[in-house]
Amino acid sequence: MTAPVAVSVENLSKRFRLYHERNQSLKASLVRGRRARFEELWALRDVTLDVHEGTTLGLIGKNGSGKSTLLKTMAKILRPDRGRISVQGRLSALLELGAGFHPELSGRENIFLNGSILGLGRKELKRKFDEIVSFAEVEPFLDTPVKDYSSGMYVRLGFSVAINVDPAVLLVDEVLAVGDERFQRKCKEKFADLQADGRTVVIVSHDLGAVRNLCDEAVLLEDGRLERAGPVGEVIDHYLGQVHRDRLDEGGLGARWGTGEGRIERIEVLDDRGAAAVLRTGDPAVFRLHYQTPEPLERPVFTMAVYSVEGIHVTEPSTRDAGLVPDKIEGRGHVDLRVDRLLLVPGTYDIGASLTDLTGAHSYDVRHRAFRFEVAPGTPAERHGVVSLGGRWEGEALE
Amino acid sequence: MATRATHAHVRDLAVNLTLRELKGKYKRSVLGWSWSLLNPLATALIFTMVFKIFFAAATPLGEPSGLQNFPLFLLCGLLPWNYLANGLNGATESLVANGNLIKKVYFPREVLVVANVASWMVPLLIEFSVLSVLLLVFGNFVLPWLPLVLLLILVQTGFVLGIGLILGAVNVYFRDVKHLIGILLQALFYATPIVYSLSQVPEQASLFGLEVPVRSLYRLNPMVPMVEAFRDVLYDLRFPPLGDLLYVLGWGLACMAVGLLVFSRLEPRLAEEL
Repeated sequence: MTAPVAVSVENLSKRFRLYHERNQSLKASLVRGRRARFEELWALRDVTLDVHEGTTLGLIGKNGSGKSTLLKTMAKILRPDRGRISVQGRLSALLELGAGFHPELSGRENIFLNGSILGLGRKELKRKFDEIVSFAEVEPFLDTPVKDYSSGMYVRLGFSVAINVDPAVLLVDEVLAVGDERFQRKCKEKFADLQADGRTVVIVSHDLGAVRNLCDEAVLLEDGRLERAGPVGEVIDHYLGQVHRDRLDEGGLGARWGTGEGRIERIEVLDDRGAAAVLRTGDPAVFRLHYQTPEPLERPVFTMAVYSVEGIHVTEPSTRDAGLVPDKIEGRGHVDLRVDRLLLVPGTYDIGASLTDLTGAHSYDVRHRAFRFEVAPGTPAERHGVVSLGGRWEGEALE
Repeated sequence: MATRATHAHVRDLAVNLTLRELKGKYKRSVLGWSWSLLNPLATALIFTMVFKIFFAAATPLGEPSGLQNFPLFLLCGLLPWNYLANGLNGATESLVANGNLIKKVYFPREVLVVANVASWMVPLLIEFSVLSVLLLVFGNFVLPWLPLVLLLILVQTGFVLGIGLILGAVNVYFRDVKHLIGILLQALFYATPIVYSLSQVPEQASLFGLEVPVRSLYRLNPMVPMVEAFRDVLYDLRFPPLGDLLYVLGWGLACMAVGLLVFSRLEPRLAEEL
């Protein structure tokens, strides 16, 4: 830890004004004798942290915890109310790709425009022009107005300009998930190059799997306070422990519907040591659905759905498909889905569960994406896609 | 060295944003840039019809140029006026219209106002070139006076930019500004000698039984000596009164100073108020 500090944040506090009536009119303020009434909201409170050169830092926390505010304050878009931020070297912020593109202007014109907004000089842009164009893969459309670009081309061009600013410090807000699978891989490679090159990166993301993969360190913010900072695995585990408890208290965050004759009380994820928020690829796991029925339910069906955090519907095992239909359930109890080898690749996943009648036409209780859990790298060591096939490579060349 | 690079970068940015405004202005219109010329010509035609035919206004005689041509007399005042009106309207909207940019990227925000005003200065220069050709055709040898015209444009730019910085920033906090400015500009248009000449403004008038020194009050409006100076140089071919020049120069500098001061006060919270 002797690397020099690239971003230093000292006792930073940031206050927002929340207006009760957001009508920015002179009349309103004349009537009231002053500008609209507002409440103060401290989005950041006394945050102190150092990001050392060459580190990739993840900022995590719930919505409204202040992580984006911290990122924007680092980017100088917001001005701190108290405290100081200093950044060594050129900074580039990927908050929105293609911000400042003019739809009527051509791709070529927008590269120069966007580049200069992001801080590149004309000479530098000329030098990097070809690289920007080839990375974005828009050569044939250089003289087409960007309003005619597909959304994929638009973000590719935006990303390409922003990443080619060649910053000493790069700030990223959830924007690595752009374009198709192939372009995403290209972005990640480019990103890895920057990291290998010793650049400092600060990422805000809800995708804890991505943070775990990309970052060395993480900072957990809660209600604008720095809750925990340290090595990425440690901070994420701490956070997941918290989220896990919160979810149970709140009864999940997704939509819920059903007639209520029977209810899925709670969803639990267990590994061989008991309740867990983090599972490991290749390890055994148990998904436990706790139910409660005020009256007897005849021939009920339990179903569990797994979604990736990006929304891919991964799988949906049900007791009916397994041929297990009890004649009747009553009172409290639980059913387990026992998995010998969890074949999800590392990442964040959501589980939903439902309790229905045999035909599926009558829903007693449906809970969509009610529980979130995390899969950490294990064996097989795979990183891309959603599931592993659990296969083994063989061949003479490999022996 | 760092500040040197930053200055160059801010200049590049201002140029690029100005080009964006210019290129965007007439994109997808068939006549394109011709509109920039057609607009003042059409206005001149309309005012000539109204004031020459309906009101039977006398056409002022240029002194010592001897030129007597109502449309040219109009255009000499109308072009600087349009620059003021377009510049102030554009500057007022410039920050709100680029709100997304301000919320996502850091760069000196005043560049947006500068680029917008600059994007009105370019058509102004083209319009003045065409007007100069017209004046030459009608026998006014304006060429030696053109450097002074450029100087006057520069002074007026200080005026427009300074007020524009204030209006642009305040409009982020109170969106009424853009409506208010429309009305104020309309009033100011008639309080400036564009469709009539200064000599038609009475020295004194009685209002509610009070003798009011109308002309002196009228002359406080900085656009009065501004437009008069343009007209002196282009229509009359004479040097404007030094007092007038100093007065508008003072206004230009004062507006810039106050504009920059107010802008620097309002700038820090722009991103959150947008």
